[in-house]
Amino acid sequence: MNHKSKEMLKSIGFTGLLTIYAIFAIFPLFWLILLTFKSDAQMFNTTFVFTPTLENYRIVILQGTDYVKAFINNIIVSGGAVLLSLLVGVPGAYALARYNFSKKEDLAFTILSFRFAPEILVILPLFMIYQKIGLYDTYFGLIWVYQLITLPLLIWVLRGYFEDISVEVEQAANLDGYSWYQVFFKILLPLIKPGLVASALLAFIFAWNNFTFPLLLSGFQIETVTVAALRYIGSDTVHYGQMAVAAAVAALPEVVLALIIQKHLVRGLSFGAVKG
Amino acid sequence: MEKSMNVHYTHDKHNKVPFWTKARPYLIIAPSLLLTIGILVPFATAIFYSLTNYSFARQGYEFVALRNWQNILGSSVFWHSVKVTAQYGLLTTGLQMCIGLGVALLLMRENRYTKILRILLIFPLMIAPVIATLIWQLMLNNSVGIVEKFLNLFGVYNFPWASSPDTALMTAVMIDCWVYIPFVMLLMLAGLQSLPKSPFESAKIDGGSAWFTFRTLTLPMLKPFIFIALIFRLMAALQEYAIIFALTKGGPGNTLMNLSLTGYNTGFAFMKLGEALPYLLFLWAVIYFISSKLVKAWLKVQKQAAGN
Repeated sequence: MNHKSKEMLKSIGFTGLLTIYAIFAIFPLFWLILLTFKSDAQMFNTTFVFTPTLENYRIVILQGTDYVKAFINNIIVSGGAVLLSLLVGVPGAYALARYNFSKKEDLAFTILSFRFAPEILVILPLFMIYQKIGLYDTYFGLIWVYQLITLPLLIWVLRGYFEDISVEVEQAANLDGYSWYQVFFKILLPLIKPGLVASALLAFIFAWNNFTFPLLLSGFQIETVTVAALRYIGSDTVHYGQMAVAAAVAALPEVVLALIIQKHLVRGLSFGAVKG
Repeated sequence: MEKSMNVHYTHDKHNKVPFWTKARPYLIIAPSLLLTIGILVPFATAIFYSLTNYSFARQGYEFVALRNWQNILGSSVFWHSVKVTAQYGLLTTGLQMCIGLGVALLLMRENRYTKILRILLIFPLMIAPVIATLIWQLMLNNSVGIVEKFLNLFGVYNFPWASSPDTALMTAVMIDCWVYIPFVMLLMLAGLQSLPKSPFESAKIDGGSAWFTFRTLTLPMLKPFIFIALIFRLMAALQEYAIIFALTKGGPGNTLMNLSLTGYNTGFAFMKLGEALPYLLFLWAVIYFISSKLVKAWLKVQKQAAGN
């Protein structure tokens, strides 16, 4: 076998392997979308060829108001959690990036370690406390506990973005007579804005995806999408099409957000450890 | 980063640094700490309650010292859940690291196909694990699932997947991999793209085989990235709850009862808080121990990589 055909075989082999993984990764999503358009009657006796219907969407979105409510709850809780995290986390990240103070690294690692605390361990005692102080099944209760997800992410990623800005920029602005908050709002924030937006959106996705906290710390009042979707698994009379719609509706915002923040994804996912 | 500045201090070099200047960084960071520590107070109380017979089912409780711990460490339920936790954690993390790195290497060839795949392959990672489990239940369902129809072509009917003790772990691991391989892949891809070109070019001129280059150049230089992926994946996999809960709630029987699920069941289903906490405190201690070791190792390889 000559060199050229050997190269070609290799190339075909690699593409083949990649395609096998790609099918594993992407086909389930394609199959999901397909099922959302299948009526219950056609579910069992057709595979790819069938008459599409919007009936499943109509039932899940228009008839069962529960799922729409869960969707809105998710937006409120996840959005609220990210906003609160931004409010306290952006200054926190700045302090960790710019000031030298004793115990700085310990503080930073303490914040990071929250990410690795087993969720159930946090929840069990919190369940008791929330019921005592009336935070069980409230928006604020969830927004507060979601800080364990969103805050470490934002602080660690944003710290890296602040560190990327050279100190001279700030010093120059100081010499020009800018006060510290002017430097912060007029110089620094615009510079880190792309990173800020991307990590806020990633934090939103993390909060949106969480399941354990809303499952155990909220009841019927504030059910989120991830918890509501589970009901479709548990029910005895299974409507697979509606189940598919529930999953698709829950997954859609995240896929769209992922496309927007693509460039910053690696940095966000690794909490700033990998500056991709 | 050593370039952290002291610009706010420097102008009063001769005087003592005023209290408010010194306190400023602490004040700025205080709200973040209050928010997170506020939520972690229960974490401290967890240790206390693990020494009591507190139950959600009745009023009042007594101090029982180490009885819960003794009972649990001597029970087969505990050791079974330790085994499941270890199996699940090591299997998912191992598979994800290998396949993630493999796919990243395949994606390094520049063409239109890989360009599109680099975007499309991220999607599963963005989907909530619970929703991913729901999607796979639709895929694997024996009456409407496409996988069943595919297997029928090979004469395999009603493959049990999550409903049999023999295949439940495999099914859960597969779903976990579907969600998280893209995570490893993304990090590895970022790592591969950041590697310097020249060592690889000289290796090519020297005629080193692809495997030799990978083992002696790529892998060592990729180490900092591998460690980061490993830390994030292993820590999450050891405490996985959502996928297993959505798939089988720990069943069939107790096949998939890892420490998280056993703790959850004891606490919520059986309402015995005092007995549930030792499982979870043990899990936390293990995770804390492993993560601190791994973070240390990461800092070391990162220093080495920077020194090269």
